Amino acid sequence: MRRFPFLSWLWFVLGALYFLLPLYGTLDFSLRIQRGTLSLGAYRNAFADPQFIRSFTFSFQMAVVTIIVSLLLIVPTAYWVHLRLPRLRPIVEFLTLLPFVIPAIVLVFGLIRTYGRPVTILSVQILPSLTNTPLGTNALLVAGYVVLSLPYMYRAVDNGLRAMDVRTLTEAALSLGAGWPTILRRVIFPNLRTGLLSGALLTFAIVIGELTIANFLARPAFAPYLALLSNSRAYEPAALTIISFALTWAAMGLIDLLTRGAPGVLGGAGH
Amino acid sequence: MSEAVDTKLLNSRPARASSLIRRVPWAWLGVLPFFLFTFAFLLLPSTALFVGSFQNAEGQFTLDNLLGLTRPNIVQAYWLSIRISAATAIGGGIFGFLLAYAMTIGGLPRWVRSALMTFSGVASNFAGVPLAFAFISTLGRTGFVTALFRSAFNLNIYDRGFNLYSFLGLSLTYMYFQFPLMVLIMTPALDGLKREWREASENLGATPLQYWRYVALPILLPSLLGTMILLFGNAFGAYATAFALTGGVLNLVTIMIGAQMRGDVLHNPNLGYALALGMVVIMGVSIAGYTWLQRQTERWLR
Repeated sequence: MRRFPFLSWLWFVLGALYFLLPLYGTLDFSLRIQRGTLSLGAYRNAFADPQFIRSFTFSFQMAVVTIIVSLLLIVPTAYWVHLRLPRLRPIVEFLTLLPFVIPAIVLVFGLIRTYGRPVTILSVQILPSLTNTPLGTNALLVAGYVVLSLPYMYRAVDNGLRAMDVRTLTEAALSLGAGWPTILRRVIFPNLRTGLLSGALLTFAIVIGELTIANFLARPAFAPYLALLSNSRAYEPAALTIISFALTWAAMGLIDLLTRGAPGVLGGAGH
Repeated sequence: MSEAVDTKLLNSRPARASSLIRRVPWAWLGVLPFFLFTFAFLLLPSTALFVGSFQNAEGQFTLDNLLGLTRPNIVQAYWLSIRISAATAIGGGIFGFLLAYAMTIGGLPRWVRSALMTFSGVASNFAGVPLAFAFISTLGRTGFVTALFRSAFNLNIYDRGFNLYSFLGLSLTYMYFQFPLMVLIMTPALDGLKREWREASENLGATPLQYWRYVALPILLPSLLGTMILLFGNAFGAYATAFALTGGVLNLVTIMIGAQMRGDVLHNPNLGYALALGMVVIMGVSIAGYTWLQRQTERWLR
């Protein structure tokens, strides 16, 4: 008989404590806005602030646009690389790994230097300064978010394509007389749904919590709002911390449900 | 599946298509948007910083900015970033490995494993302002654990020299996303250790210690080291958590770049670009090391 794995349990308990104590601390704090009793007052205040609604809606919209752009860029590329251009694979993989090498703070630095002034080729202006208009800055923000999401999105789609035998399916569809649009829409996409959804959820979690790029592009996103709020308030930021933790948990839990048994997408973005 | 067969089959469209249409590289058009995008928003901005760090204010070539990186305050910033990244990579790496070991080989029940994996996915993505705030409510001056120490042991940890807004405090905070990442990457590697290897070494009379010393550890070592290097890079590039937790008290490289962007604290924009370039070089070396070491592991753990 195996003896009781004492050490293993010890590590597990330590890990669980490390994980739960800060959450418990925040939860406890968020409920103490009224002296002596536990109440949801901090949550009520946080939700009642129109700035919260505005910044959260903004981040939500940016997340949706980021997911759409990212999917449109990654899915055809990953599919084509699998099917027709396998020799491009090392280059595409290298490019999707680059965001790990270039931290968000450096990325936004470069984006501002490049697009914070008119873009010229041979002294002919081809693009005005993007940071002069809200629309241009939002476009730049989405571009930065798409870059941040590249490694995760590519990995999720690539895993999905690996799992479904793209070639056989494509050959079968071609031999039955399907055109390329039909193949993409009715064969590839439905089979990729899991991968696409988990990539999208991870991107959502990244964008909602992202501080660096939004902060330096001066966009009214959720994380900069939270950072600002914690300068003037104590209990409301704690409440919003719990909310954003719950959101991250929901996104990861869904990914977990979707990809049971399949190789997962790595975590670790936006620190 | 060989690529040759595949291309032949897919290209055997009717030959009536005119040669002009056939010569257009359609497959390349499918990947064009991706390459245009990465060029415009990844390569171009990086090149802009790269070029900028070799220019002076008049746009002429110079190495002064790179030499400027040896200024004491810049060296200090790099050194602090390196120390904090190394400390959290080693600490998070060891603790994460022990956790991964406990739930794969260590004999913990199945539910522990799935709970721990889900948590690791969440925690490795939980960073920035919320993470900083969670630690302030826990280990800050009025935090919950600080209060616990005071009431249970009559010990004020802040009187004993602890401070959340310090090296130790920031390291503890970073560990929250560091060790879960280690768990996520090491678990598949530990799963890849084959039962036969252990049985074979036991049959040959090896003790568990010898098995670990001569079989398991050498196989896992590249993966272990590689992942720790990845953790190093993960902490090195972190800005949001440090900014939200300490404001600007700790002079990390990322914080310094942020201050430079806000108000040219170095009084030389091009020195700022060189600062970013130095960061990218360090990140690049660590990611390359990680990729190389992971490949070494894949030979054994498939």
